[in-house]
Amino acid sequence: MIALYDYLVVSAALFAVGVYGLVTKRNAMRLVFSVEMLINAANINFIAFNRYLWATAPFGQTVVLFSIALAAGEAAVILAVVVVAYRVHDDVDVSELKSLEG
Amino acid sequence: MVDLTDVAFAGMAVVIVGGAISALEAREIVYGAIGLAFSFFGVAGLFFLLDAPFVAVFQITVYIGAVAVLILFTVMLVREGRWMRDSLGSLERLVGIFTAVVLAASLALAFAASHLLNSVEASTAPSFVGIGQFIAGPFAPALELLALVLAAAVLGAMMLAKVERKDNP
Repeated sequence: MIALYDYLVVSAALFAVGVYGLVTKRNAMRLVFSVEMLINAANINFIAFNRYLWATAPFGQTVVLFSIALAAGEAAVILAVVVVAYRVHDDVDVSELKSLEG
Repeated sequence: MVDLTDVAFAGMAVVIVGGAISALEAREIVYGAIGLAFSFFGVAGLFFLLDAPFVAVFQITVYIGAVAVLILFTVMLVREGRWMRDSLGSLERLVGIFTAVVLAASLALAFAASHLLNSVEASTAPSFVGIGQFIAGPFAPALELLALVLAAAVLGAMMLAKVERKDNP
């Protein structure tokens, strides 16, 4: 018997790994990985709450569909920016990309 | 008697967290991308366990079929030796691990302190037929907006990645 709490703990663990990546990594690709992990952790929570607390209609599932589509568009834009940064600066270390720094 | 769903859940949890950690800590970033794909796959498995098959298949199609492949292509396009370097001090790593552990522990304790801990699974799963009703009904404006956002994202990505030639006819 899997409880709601188990899903929440898995989601919290995935979220924590994503935050760890955001805090420590400087490679732009690793930052993309971390952001995708955060989105996935939130999606798990949506589906789990929908199943356990309000199972009359798939409201959370619909929200997650929109979230997945938005995340895909966001990944496309970020990866294009990474390719441009690599072409212009020859580097994807975000601490070296200082053209926008005030 | 071991319940098979418990075993599946434990396996998925290990795949999710292990894949996420290997995505960040693998020395070669290509292996990291593959670890991330495994993590996405584990999340899709959790969606199956939560009786959300439509969302699970959507997750596999979009995340593993599109996003993971897109990331792999980008990694291979801009692949270079020094690109993979990890100039990470041990102090930074310790601070990061400390932040992550404190965050996870406080989230878990907060969940445990709430009344959610005692909630039981509803006897009937929400039918995915309702997804269509939601999308055609109250979510219709959001769907239109999402279409515009996706079109703008694709156009923007193409504009950004366009190579400008000097001998443009």
